[in-house]
Amino acid sequence: MAKLLEVSDLFVSFYTRQGEAQAVRGVSFYLEEGEVLAIVGESGCGKSILCKSILKLLPYNGVVKGGKILIEGTDITAYKERDMERLRKHVISMVFQDPLSTLNPVIPVGKQIGEAIRLSSQGMKKKAVEERVAELMEMVGIEEPESRWKLYPHHFSGGMRQRIVLAIALASHPKILFADEPTTALDVTIQAQILDLFREIQKKMGTATVLVTHDFGVVARAADRVAVMYAGKIVETGTVEEIFYDSRHPYTQGLLRSLPAYARRGEELYAIPGMPPRLIDPPMGDAFAYRNPCALEIDYEKMPPMFQISDTHFAATWLLDERAPKDLIPDWRQPYA
Amino acid sequence: MRDELLAVENLTYCFRHEKHIAIQAVDNLSFQIREGEILGLVGESGSGKSTMARCIMNIYRPESGRILYQGIDVWNPKEFRRHKRLLQTSRQFIFQDSSSSLNPKQTVEQIIAEPLKIHGQKPERGTFRGEAAFQLNQVGLGEECLDQYPNQLSGGMRQRVAIARALTMKPRLLVADEPIASLDVSIQAQMINLLKRLQKEHGFSMLFIAHDLAVVHYLCDRVGVMYQGKLLELGPVTEVFENPCHTYTKSLIGAIPIPDPRLERARVLPEFEKENLEWRGQKTEVSFGHFVWR
Repeated sequence: MAKLLEVSDLFVSFYTRQGEAQAVRGVSFYLEEGEVLAIVGESGCGKSILCKSILKLLPYNGVVKGGKILIEGTDITAYKERDMERLRKHVISMVFQDPLSTLNPVIPVGKQIGEAIRLSSQGMKKKAVEERVAELMEMVGIEEPESRWKLYPHHFSGGMRQRIVLAIALASHPKILFADEPTTALDVTIQAQILDLFREIQKKMGTATVLVTHDFGVVARAADRVAVMYAGKIVETGTVEEIFYDSRHPYTQGLLRSLPAYARRGEELYAIPGMPPRLIDPPMGDAFAYRNPCALEIDYEKMPPMFQISDTHFAATWLLDERAPKDLIPDWRQPYA
Repeated sequence: MRDELLAVENLTYCFRHEKHIAIQAVDNLSFQIREGEILGLVGESGSGKSTMARCIMNIYRPESGRILYQGIDVWNPKEFRRHKRLLQTSRQFIFQDSSSSLNPKQTVEQIIAEPLKIHGQKPERGTFRGEAAFQLNQVGLGEECLDQYPNQLSGGMRQRVAIARALTMKPRLLVADEPIASLDVSIQAQMINLLKRLQKEHGFSMLFIAHDLAVVHYLCDRVGVMYQGKLLELGPVTEVFENPCHTYTKSLIGAIPIPDPRLERARVLPEFEKENLEWRGQKTEVSFGHFVWR
């Protein structure tokens, strides 16, 4: 399968009053046609910034310091705003976390969807635009679009609003869709519906999706491949099954173990000790070493490279080095399996 | 059975927006919180969980119904004045967003000592600073935080400070309104353990409002399910999760995401239509202590 998006060795920094915050530190990943890649991590680990830097939507003090971004084989790293606008019209789209602040509160939703359609296919007749709006609204599961497209965002519930945002994002037939925590602002009962909708549309239209989330339940439902981020680096990447059933990095294991869904009542919940490091002055070696109960001495000195476990499964931890003691990796089994 | 600490009787609360628009946020709700138990309250956003908590804490005045805290009707002005000290110290609230519930112009020491000063209490451990340090230690923070301002702390640390502030008053009832929703995944587990340990050590009762059902299942003793301002089901956690009776509870529990790709993808989403909700407020006891309102 062709690689739609390829990011290699990307560095993004923010210049703040406290100093330079290294939000993304050498991230490489790729996205194939028609797959869903989930980027998982805690807040502040750089997962949103990673998406925004690809779309070039960084705030004024954010700078891409190095690395390459290829979309369909073309290097877009040096693209200026005009070229990016063309890309955003036809190739990439984004869905943000909070649907209420994404939509314009004083414009009817049908008009907002129509705006996106007119931008991507200029010179379209009014009638045709209206038909396309109705078609899109039906596709994202809004019934009776003709009677609803004159309503305003506040008339809709959170789940419905997110469907409208999705319709706007899909108006241009994008090849790559970025979804930044699309279900975090929604209720559990709606969450699964929206995720299923994502998958269904992605199958129908063949859109490749980058799904940013912190929720492993979301990953389990919607993703094909997973990249786990910690302190601005991807620490483990693999298919969904490899990450859930055969995780190798202690951070991934810790995150999975600390989910209350796995805990038995009455037993103490496993918690990763400590806090994520500050990105202004990140530690020299493995950023996770300070929270890792089985950290080796080398972890504090040298950054671990990506060790290959299978064709698709990579993890950055010295524990996988052949010189590392083998009995240090804790016995981590899946209580659900 | 343990003694009853708080009793809510037929509580109703309305938000009045304009002359003719009123939203029934809490609708004829009754339940009890017993001494030393953790009662979880779950439901989708807008189901009236937070409004309920605020009525209990004397923030919103209910339309009708009574709230009895240790037998004191908290919304009766006469009784409130007579027991003001007790009501204001032994009930404490933890807000969801710690960045806006802590005063940004006070240091952590001032924040934690403030309730003591307001109520004119002498610090048990000599100085206010010593007392603040002790409470910080209780929630797992070191003395180095005392002179810091809230914006210098991370979200998890701020939430710990908010808990420490609540604990200075030695509360018997702690109302926690989504205390961990705004925290990171790896910090959430730490906070759940902390709340559980503190509850065991201090023996207070807690009303724990959450929308994450897995957390409620792990932490709480009893759970109440709310929907559109109505309480639909109330019972011991294991009983409600294993044997949900109301269709809404079933759909809610069926919607909990399972962090396991094979099981999660095989899961069929339960159907729940709002129109199907027929609610007459009829209370039935399914098994011991497990009630359903239909």
